[in-house]
Amino acid sequence: MHELSIALSMIDEIIEQSDARGGLEVEAVHLKLGVFSGVDRSALVFAWELACEGTPLAGSRLVITTVPLLIHCPQCNQRRTPPSVYELCCPDCLVPAQDIITGREIEIESLEVAA
Amino acid sequence: MSTRMVEVRAKVLKQNDLLARALRERFQSEGTCVIGLVSSPGSGKTAFLEKLLKTLARDYRVAALVGDLATENDAARLQRATPNVKQITTGTICHLDAQMVEQALASWDVGPLDFLFIENVGNLVCPSSYDLGEEFRFVLLSATEGEDKPLKYPTIFNSSDAAIITKMDIADACEFDLAAARRNIEGVRPGMKIFEVSSKTGVGMNVVADFLVDQLTNSREVLAAQ
Repeated sequence: MHELSIALSMIDEIIEQSDARGGLEVEAVHLKLGVFSGVDRSALVFAWELACEGTPLAGSRLVITTVPLLIHCPQCNQRRTPPSVYELCCPDCLVPAQDIITGREIEIESLEVAA
Repeated sequence: MSTRMVEVRAKVLKQNDLLARALRERFQSEGTCVIGLVSSPGSGKTAFLEKLLKTLARDYRVAALVGDLATENDAARLQRATPNVKQITTGTICHLDAQMVEQALASWDVGPLDFLFIENVGNLVCPSSYDLGEEFRFVLLSATEGEDKPLKYPTIFNSSDAAIITKMDIADACEFDLAAARRNIEGVRPGMKIFEVSSKTGVGMNVVADFLVDQLTNSREVLAAQ
């Protein structure tokens, strides 16, 4: 359960970004979360509300977009979706793939703010 | 009420990643090989580390930072191998982060080192997200835990550089399927180096120590060439 730590880091980052833009009234936070990030989506949503209490982000929504796992196949030289998170290989060539292209993201993509 | 979108594109763990990168650069410039250890609770991290420290301390300057939620028990155990041990108690936090490592080092006059080990809190989930600036991350899996641990915790296995299978002296008694364990590790982290050890009997420990000495020699050569 490090999702509370992640939520607190998000709040720090958002307040910094808001201050740099003269203060934003944030209504929703859009987050990209990779399936291989080690962060649990529902635990983060749960932690978000708690973490926001008493901060300028209280009452804000957290909108999460899940980023799938994509690997680079050294054989066919394509970006492919492996059969599962514990079979990191090309689904066609069946060659093991060490390069992860997407799936590790924990990234604040955008803020939805009062116009 | 109308809203507008403000593009941010910020990594949530940016501060940790920046700090970890600074630590990594510092360790490299000082010629210290830093190894992080992650595993579930009770997989034998501390026993493994105690043995490894004893082996390496004969010829090298070694130290260990050890993370736990509470108690200084692990530090006391490791001090049988080297006096250079410092406990980081995290309170309720389930993982170490780069700032905890930096702060522990700032208040610790340990002198120049060849090897620094950072033993994380026993947890196969949370530590995977936090870079500590280590050069290598070892993930430990004990024979008693069963061969499917890599499949249950693929993220931490994938974020590690080598897997250490511990408690091999009792693997048969536990009906541990070594071939399946190796196959599962390979599935979540293709090409990963795998060591089989028994901290109790010492079998396999020299192979790990030799691997680390080779890494140290290589990185020192790179440093000297710069």
